Amino acid sequence: METNEVYEKLKRVFEDGIGEIKTDVPVYPFFFVSADKINAVSLFLRDEESLQFDNLSCLSGMDYDKDNLAVVYHLYSYVHHHKLVVKVVIPKSNPVVKTVSDVWAAADWHEREAYDLVGMTFEGHPDLRRILLSEDWEGHPLRKDYKVPEFYKGMKVPY
Amino acid sequence: MGILNKLDNRVEQFESGNIIITSADKLLNWSRLSSMWQMFFGLACCAIEMMATSASHYDLDRFGIIPRPSPRHVDIILISGTVTLKMATRIKRLWDQMPEPKYCLSMGSCANCGGPYWEHGYNVLKGVDRIIPVDVYVPGCPPRPEALLEGLIKLQERIREQSLAKKQA
Amino acid sequence: MAELRTEELTLNMGPQHPSTHGVLRLVLKLNGEIVDDVKPELGYLHRCFEKHAEAMTYPQVIPYTDRMDYVNAMSNELAYVLSVEKLLGIEIPERVEYIRVIMSELQRIASHLVAIGTYGNDAGAFTPFLYCFMDREKVLELFEMVCGARMLYNYFWIGGLSHDITPEFITKTKELIKYLRPRIKQVNNLLSYNKIFIERTADIGILPVDVAINAGVSGPSLRGSGIKYDLRKDDTYSIYNRFDFEVCVGTGERGTVGDCWNRYIVRAYEIEQSLRIIEQAIDKIPEGDVQSAVPKRVKPVAGESYVRTESPKGELAYYVVSDGSLNPYRVKARSTSFCNLSVINQISRGHMIADVVMILGSFDIVLGCIDR
Repeated sequence: METNEVYEKLKRVFEDGIGEIKTDVPVYPFFFVSADKINAVSLFLRDEESLQFDNLSCLSGMDYDKDNLAVVYHLYSYVHHHKLVVKVVIPKSNPVVKTVSDVWAAADWHEREAYDLVGMTFEGHPDLRRILLSEDWEGHPLRKDYKVPEFYKGMKVPY
Repeated sequence: MGILNKLDNRVEQFESGNIIITSADKLLNWSRLSSMWQMFFGLACCAIEMMATSASHYDLDRFGIIPRPSPRHVDIILISGTVTLKMATRIKRLWDQMPEPKYCLSMGSCANCGGPYWEHGYNVLKGVDRIIPVDVYVPGCPPRPEALLEGLIKLQERIREQSLAKKQA
Repeated sequence: MAELRTEELTLNMGPQHPSTHGVLRLVLKLNGEIVDDVKPELGYLHRCFEKHAEAMTYPQVIPYTDRMDYVNAMSNELAYVLSVEKLLGIEIPERVEYIRVIMSELQRIASHLVAIGTYGNDAGAFTPFLYCFMDREKVLELFEMVCGARMLYNYFWIGGLSHDITPEFITKTKELIKYLRPRIKQVNNLLSYNKIFIERTADIGILPVDVAINAGVSGPSLRGSGIKYDLRKDDTYSIYNRFDFEVCVGTGERGTVGDCWNRYIVRAYEIEQSLRIIEQAIDKIPEGDVQSAVPKRVKPVAGESYVRTESPKGELAYYVVSDGSLNPYRVKARSTSFCNLSVINQISRGHMIADVVMILGSFDIVLGCIDR
């Protein structure tokens, strides 16, 4: 199923929860979903007979622009062999997204990573703590305005 | 008399062949450098080259270098790869757990100075010598097995010149 | 005796441990010898790949992708390069495509040999390790002949290759195929069908298909659960659709489908299939210039691309976001081992400590890929 068909289907069910669709982009189209609806949308995408996106291929957090962060979901269906890209944009002032780790187990670690490196919170995640960096690390390195600390536990960090 | 030939000019040999005279240092050093036990421990890419070196083609065993899983058993630690800040404290602890006399060989650019991660690696320790003393540096990214072998031979030469009898400075 | 009080024991495995395949740390909760809970702690090799990618130009990122999954550097390069090429929208010369397929398959063989060798080592069999590394050395010789490096190549460039192959490479590759076939049989006899090895791996850590898909497990680890899915066939990229090969799956020949032995044997079988692909490709390489399509400046339009490839470990993809400048805006690596490892808690519960080592080894993890 093509992205715009999925989009139409979702739009009928979730109405305002689904943002605009971008089709005039290079490579692959995508659409936006609001941060508080992503869990319900994901559940629908996974369980609806004609969609069955049973595999979360990738979940990436990113520093979207000056005021916003984004989470990008790359989905795939082993049943229907179709792909989908969904984005959630959230303000840096309140970076909270609903978790999808109860929908796809793969999201568990990916969300922890996004929290660790980009610094958004996933509401409802069972075990949201840093995964790659040490627990006492300060800041989120993949933010564009991140400053590397001078010292960590007495070890000099910059060269 | 293979063993005595290896000791070459360091011993005085008598005709019966059963008595040799040498200094304790020379004998100890010779035995130490011929059986450097290595920590069974790999960090990153260089660890694969280290494994390749210890496998059949390059064969580290012929230098008496055997990997041991416990730091209490080993003489040398090969820092084979990038040391991250999260790992650095563990490496320091491993080093502290090793019995004296102990040696450290820093393998590859990452362990030497941070390698390709020197500029933007916020989680990378730029050189393992910032936490533990290093005896031999082997450059390369990753060093070829031949380079690692030369590093180990350099370390053997270093051990040969040391004295356990004298107190080290 | 029933009221005898026992305590749960927390055991720390790693980050320095011979069987964790690098600097992985597992926190085990034990009930006697039985594992109740496995908590992997990652990040001991977090080398900030994604931060580096943002600071480098597009071609400069390639050496860093090499160092992600250092056992199969070629596949990492391929995934990244394909992603950027898709964003640029450039056509690749036929010759380059053929050489890329040959190199990727050679790399797959080398990577699987490491996987098999170290897995035997985990089970306490040191001999297969020596045999596998000996054969791997032969593959590395070929790479060295072409690009001068043994492990980390920087060979695939955006739009082309760093060096062309020589006629000598072709004859040597053909020799290698002849040499490897009986050697793989030997390794199978030595390890795969060894009674002790089967006892250690069969019926251990059974991974059901639905759990695997839900957790994002891919590659040989997924096929070990019996699902015939290979991105080279089912979501094809490069020119893989031109070659005839089989997708190997775990069939429950020994043990149960989805256990450690079945995950392992998929790799052993795949080596033969890779040899078949190389055999078909090696004689068909067309003439051409391998650098004719390499752009002078890599400056894609603003946009994003995500190309999934089948690395020896499984589904590997780079999510590349461009803002129209010379540097990528964001590169996220969809790391294979990261997703594969995430099921370990679920399938290790109820097994013994020694089995955890076997389960871990059966996923063929590489820490550089997990921690990035």
